[in-house]
Amino acid sequence: MTTVALKGLLGRKTRAILTALAIVLGAGMVSATFIFTDTLNKAFAGVFSNSYKQASVVVSGRRIVTDSATAPTVPASLLPKIKAIPGVEAASGEFLFDTVKLVRASGQTIAANGAPQFGFGVDTTDTRLNPLALVAGRWPSGGGEIAIGAATAAAEHYAVGDRIGAKGDGPVRHYTITGLIEIPGVSTGSATLAAFDVPTIQILLGKTGRFENIAVIGASGVSPSRLAEDIRPLLSDRETARTSAAQAKAAQKEITGATAILRYILLAFAGVALFVGAFVIFNTISMTVAQRTREFATLRTLGASRQQVLRSVLVESAVIGAVASVVGLALGFGLAKALNLLFKGLPQAGTVVAVRTVVLTMAVGTGVTLLAGLFPALRATRVPPISAVREGAVLVRGRFAGYKPYVAGVVIVLGLLAMAAGLFSGGGPSAVLVPAAAGMLLLFIGVAMISSHVVTPLIKVVGAPARRIGGPAGRLASANAGRNPSRTAATAAALMIGLALVTFVGVLAAGLERSTKDDLSRQVKSDYVVALDPGASSMYFDPASGPALAAVPGVTAVSSVHTDRARVLGASVTVNGIDPRTIGSVYAFPWKDGGDAALATLPHGAIVDSVWAKKHHLAVGSAVSIETSDGVTRTFLVRATYHPKFQAVFSGILIDQTDFDRTFPKPQSSYVFVNTASGVTPALTSALRRSVAGIGEAKVNGRSAWIATKTGSIKSTLDIFYGFLALSVIVSLFGMVNTLVLSVFERTREIGMLRAVGVSRRQLRRMIRHESIITALIGAALGLPLGVFLAAVLTRGMSKQGLSFHLPLLQLGIFTLVAIVAGVAAAVFPARRAGRLNVLAALQYE
Amino acid sequence: MTTLLAPARPRTAHAVVTASGLSRHYGEGETAVHALRNVSIEIEEARLTAIMGPSGSGKSTLMHTLAALDKPNEGSVTIDGQEITDLNDKQLTKLRREKIGFVFQFFNLLPMLTAEENILLPLSIAGKKADSDWLEELIETVGIGDRRNHRPSQLSGGQQQRVSIARALISKPSVLFADEPTGNLDSNTSRDVLSLLRHSVQELGQTTVMVTHDAQAAALADRILFLADGEIVKEVHGSTAAEVLAAMQEVSGR
Repeated sequence: MTTVALKGLLGRKTRAILTALAIVLGAGMVSATFIFTDTLNKAFAGVFSNSYKQASVVVSGRRIVTDSATAPTVPASLLPKIKAIPGVEAASGEFLFDTVKLVRASGQTIAANGAPQFGFGVDTTDTRLNPLALVAGRWPSGGGEIAIGAATAAAEHYAVGDRIGAKGDGPVRHYTITGLIEIPGVSTGSATLAAFDVPTIQILLGKTGRFENIAVIGASGVSPSRLAEDIRPLLSDRETARTSAAQAKAAQKEITGATAILRYILLAFAGVALFVGAFVIFNTISMTVAQRTREFATLRTLGASRQQVLRSVLVESAVIGAVASVVGLALGFGLAKALNLLFKGLPQAGTVVAVRTVVLTMAVGTGVTLLAGLFPALRATRVPPISAVREGAVLVRGRFAGYKPYVAGVVIVLGLLAMAAGLFSGGGPSAVLVPAAAGMLLLFIGVAMISSHVVTPLIKVVGAPARRIGGPAGRLASANAGRNPSRTAATAAALMIGLALVTFVGVLAAGLERSTKDDLSRQVKSDYVVALDPGASSMYFDPASGPALAAVPGVTAVSSVHTDRARVLGASVTVNGIDPRTIGSVYAFPWKDGGDAALATLPHGAIVDSVWAKKHHLAVGSAVSIETSDGVTRTFLVRATYHPKFQAVFSGILIDQTDFDRTFPKPQSSYVFVNTASGVTPALTSALRRSVAGIGEAKVNGRSAWIATKTGSIKSTLDIFYGFLALSVIVSLFGMVNTLVLSVFERTREIGMLRAVGVSRRQLRRMIRHESIITALIGAALGLPLGVFLAAVLTRGMSKQGLSFHLPLLQLGIFTLVAIVAGVAAAVFPARRAGRLNVLAALQYE
Repeated sequence: MTTLLAPARPRTAHAVVTASGLSRHYGEGETAVHALRNVSIEIEEARLTAIMGPSGSGKSTLMHTLAALDKPNEGSVTIDGQEITDLNDKQLTKLRREKIGFVFQFFNLLPMLTAEENILLPLSIAGKKADSDWLEELIETVGIGDRRNHRPSQLSGGQQQRVSIARALISKPSVLFADEPTGNLDSNTSRDVLSLLRHSVQELGQTTVMVTHDAQAAALADRILFLADGEIVKEVHGSTAAEVLAAMQEVSGR
């Protein structure tokens, strides 16, 4: 029987290939995701973890606050004490992976395209503790010397002996290049490297008397954990001593945490493609089973049991799934390379194809195909043997077919409930996303189940153009689409899912763009906004930009905002230092409790997010304690609260800038608002830009241009989403091709008859094209409203955050056009097949 | 050929299939269609029994009921003494594997299998090994020796039906049911197929029931049952085609 199934599969090669294609893309995405993220992890691991390999123990500052402008450090005075411990063979203070920007002679920073700009201060006398390798020249030594990355040197035409600028948090300093370096075994992408001796980088970073780490090598026979135990009594509660294995593990964990998010996002798209693929496979195998009714009945009369029939269909699904998964795996390899290009600038490493990737791709691809084939396989077992002797035998309706609309209703309601449960759970991202996604899937299944009931009325509407302009071919196409509503519905449902998600994302993005634009226009009043360059590698920019901008002729007011992170009520929170005298003229606060009058009383006070305040039972008059990355703790009194906006200029806590600069170790800027006498003019724009050119990664923009860059970043994210969702639309396209090919095959005789009574090849092709377009339009008619509905639900759930709902009519029109184009594309191959049928042979076809 | 001439079964005329009081109606009450009304027959061993009748007479329903493809509303059917009307799906599968062979009007060969593979299919479904002597004998008997590796699409209609007869015979069933075996063939080919069926009854002792509306076909039968309106109205033995035609006229004219 297995042989029968396999030979049957070989006998229907085109169909099998078209079916397999439906799962290839999904499986490819799964394998690409794992290959890409594994490779990324390896590359990052190569960059970071290797640095600690040689050391036994690493002493570093305890991190109090995440994303702070000041990385934790340890006092240099610890080094001699550690060196004095028996069992320590060597120890050195170092700076690894700090941020140092390289600056051209022109004053421009050498851009890293968003990749890190690494600065190192290493003990060049002890190579065991130096993660870098020298490619050319010699190690820098003394105040005027630097070594830079060999790749950057090549790209920027620097050689040993040249002068180059470098910038930490202070002004640009100039150095002579003594050597070219690399991180052995790792390509760092577009990241830049700069290395100094330790005293030099201490000056550059303003960290004299401190190290980022002290790396310790134990004498032979001393275990790292023992060594760490011996060092710990020397440390205050602001420093930790970890074995290098633990340090590497912690670094690795941080990296895998970041790539895990990327992995989940990519897997979500893979999941969508697989889900759509499952629909296509379900539909194709259902049609194949229906066409093979007599064959199954014959097998039953020859003594095949139900289990044997079930097994034969499942064997087919399994083979299709397995072959598709293998192809998907190979495709994934290529897709991973494409993803690498998409996220260029990241460190590179040799492609990693883990056993887990292979096993998982095979299991998921085959599993989804088997699952999708299970229901049609069960239907095949219900074919009664007597169908072998009946002409035109049709597949019997299942025992429960009558309950289908009710089941669909229950599935839809369950889906909606799950979505509501997610959206109103108030929990973390996984508490919201998991039930919401599950609910969405249920909703899709439910709508797909019920869609066969709306196909007939829908054809009346979406088939009207075909009937009007398509002539007799169009009328036949419209009638053909309605012949088997459940088949048309299932085919359209696959497209529906892709279009619904595209619409969902599109409507959501339109709302996001609209809210961003509205929110920012309402808050920002200044003529110019100076903010961090979106491509910057750091989180903040140099506060020297404020005075520099103020010195430009024509500038009437400048208001700087200093920002850092601090530990507040057990979590890391953003703290902004604002200038209460000037902020009112450039920024409109969305006040909740309080008003502009509160600004006058700001010194020693704080303005906080009203939702955050409510969550922590704070009100005007309450005290808030903040702890900086240095461990400095200060208390402020809440003076006013503001409404959090969806696109907020500020988040977290706002305090007086004088208080801020006194509290935080290294004040950095997040914004500078600039008012001018003459508004925004090109001359002024370039003058302002020139004034901050050498200072840092601040970007000067007119108010509306700045708002446009904010909405622009939404657009580019949206484009990536569209790209990934296009995969599932392509999968549903295979489904449409499949259905049409099978329909043409089923109607061979009828097509022969049509040709015999004078239908031309062109008319025949047009008939099939119109049928395909009608199916695609049904998919659009179901998918677009569903997507709009989903977006409306989510917007409603997030209305408190200020997300507004906006229908992008132009985009919806484009999606409809995409559906029509998809219909035309899907019809090309089947129409050509139908056109090539020999009239006589088709008529005799049985 | 001498081995073929040796009878495979004793020729004592005992009944392989018995039916008593068979009734089959579709629908209920006034609108009910009565396909079979209280039919009782016995199908004798090693005989070719033909069932004839005008369309709608119930001849197909009778055969489907005897072959356990359809269930009667009343009455009982036994094959080799085993009551078959109340068997479950599993028992029916076993019955089909061991006792019943089918020949169809449209051959119902699997297009992806070769002639030989099609013939062996019932055995491979049942998980049994083929007796190669028996296979060779069958292939020779049905005369497709040079085409055993061809697929159905490469065979003529007559060849396909002969393959399908070999397929029905491979498991040496107690009874072979042939549903209009010549219904889709021209008259020359029909003769070949019929003589093959006749041969299998005569020489192999294969009990066979054949539904047909072809007088030529029925004339080859040992016994012809005429059905009209769901009842057996006439039974003749060893007739010529002309006599069969006359009998048909008589039955149809009633």
